Amino acid sequence: MITRSHWKTVLGTLFTALMLFPVYWMVNVSLTPTGDLRRSDPNWFPTDPTFEGYDAALSQQLPALGTSLGIGLGCVALTVVIAAPAGYALAVLNLRGGRTLNFLLLVAQMIPAVVMAMGFYAIYVRLGLLNTVWGLIVADSTIAVPFGVLLYTTFMAGIPKDLVHAARIDGAGPWRTFTRVVLPVSRNSTLTVALFAFLWAWSDFIFASTLNRSGEFVPITLGIYQYIGNNTTQWNAIMATAVVASLPAAILLVVAQRYVAAGVTAGAVKD
Amino acid sequence: MTTTSVDPAGRASDGGAAGPGPAAPARDGRRRRNPAGAARRWTAIGFAAPLLAYLAVFYAYPLWRNIELSLHDYTVRAFVQGDPAFAGFEKYAEVFTSNAFGPALVNTALFTLVSIAFQYAIGLALAVFFHANFRLSGVLRALFLVPWLLPLIVSSSTWAWMLNSDHGIINSVIEAFGGTQINWLTSPDTALTAVIIANIWLGVPFNLVILYAGLQQIPAEVYEAASIDGATAPQRFWRITFPLLRSVSAITLLLGFVYTLKVVDVIWIMTTGGPGDASLTLAVWSYREAFGTGQPDFSPAAAIGNLLILIALVFGFVHLRMQRTWERS
Repeated sequence: MITRSHWKTVLGTLFTALMLFPVYWMVNVSLTPTGDLRRSDPNWFPTDPTFEGYDAALSQQLPALGTSLGIGLGCVALTVVIAAPAGYALAVLNLRGGRTLNFLLLVAQMIPAVVMAMGFYAIYVRLGLLNTVWGLIVADSTIAVPFGVLLYTTFMAGIPKDLVHAARIDGAGPWRTFTRVVLPVSRNSTLTVALFAFLWAWSDFIFASTLNRSGEFVPITLGIYQYIGNNTTQWNAIMATAVVASLPAAILLVVAQRYVAAGVTAGAVKD
Repeated sequence: MTTTSVDPAGRASDGGAAGPGPAAPARDGRRRRNPAGAARRWTAIGFAAPLLAYLAVFYAYPLWRNIELSLHDYTVRAFVQGDPAFAGFEKYAEVFTSNAFGPALVNTALFTLVSIAFQYAIGLALAVFFHANFRLSGVLRALFLVPWLLPLIVSSSTWAWMLNSDHGIINSVIEAFGGTQINWLTSPDTALTAVIIANIWLGVPFNLVILYAGLQQIPAEVYEAASIDGATAPQRFWRITFPLLRSVSAITLLLGFVYTLKVVDVIWIMTTGGPGDASLTLAVWSYREAFGTGQPDFSPAAAIGNLLILIALVFGFVHLRMQRTWERS
């Protein structure tokens, strides 16, 4: 049996390598000297690595990275502030009409972002919110809020009722019960929601490319896009920026893999 | 095993997959008419108030504006001044009779159906493969999430460069095996195939994770009983795994459909829907009309967008029905 299991490990590694080849390729191209980029038989390995791509990327895209970080954090704050109390109302306080609300949230997740982008554009153009970081934070949060509420609701519905009752008997009002009992117990849900809210805001392209096209502060996704449009010869710089833009995802996968998987399957299957 | 809803924690930006939403928790139906009950109700509403306000302002209002856009003739000037002429369903008629409508509809169907068919088949095969725990299986499974976590602009531009006609690695490999150069992104014959390949790659991780979670819900005793009865591996798959995964599969495919339907970024970044309309889907068409050209045409774009919402809504109801059926069974 040992040999059979080894054989599976080898096969599994092969599949994973195949799957991750584009990621490897991105790193490889980012290290390729500009002169070698236009060869018809590209180098398979960065035998002659250069950091000129990274130099160009960091010198030009650092502000965009900062903007994306700010937008991501703003989006996390907004999402948690709205989703956590709503989950509490739905799961613990038995909000009336909860089923309808849940359905609306489900439908909300199905609305194409391009439709939301047009709606926001029409509103922002009148309010002067186009090309602002705040406008983008609000738009990006629409991706995460329905997901956050549903995730919190599922988790909070599983909190033992005794815990909530005990708090009430001790004289805690709904607010105290929420902040002192329910929220601390839901720490992992908060981490999952925060993680996804950040990642989605960081990765967003549609809202950025429609609502913040000519803003002073553009996020990194738009930075890359404009890069592609401007200098198609310097693919090492584009790929270097792409590598840097992938770092949050990589870090989160290493640090918080458990929460990532929890988010993907949130409520998908349960006993 | 009850399947509630999945939220393909979606590539919100519309990427390959999206996110799942947990289901409504059980609620106790008793309503007591006493002051304490009334107070509790108001407390619940209070805690939900930020969400309700949020949904009204940042969901309902943009959607309403979108409907309004589609029923008027919005030019850029009318946009700023706010005095568009009422057009009724004229813009919808324009969309339906447009030369791009037929190709866009066919491309949308091909893009979504082919994408989810491959994503599901590959995801299921990998889930079954990883289900037999072996050394490193956990780590490798985690690595499979990478494509799904990367920003779409990153993966799309990487694929675009890999598929580049003259300097791309894929053509280089094809030529090494004696094939001829394929103009993946610039030929009308292959542009749609190219974006579908990239999109399949993007969606496999989501399918893998959901189906893997589904597999773990199948009791080990079922397999034990089957192997005592001498079932072969293919028999175990077709007689046990596949039927028992039915509900999880249905939800995965349904959400895959809804989330693939709205993909814009991948296609826009790789081909902008071209060449011509060769890889134009409804969602990309909508984006192109509104934001993709120097001449924004919001009214038809909004009409196409509303059409997409309508399709998504139909499937939302299907989803709800399936969920109800399973809860009852």
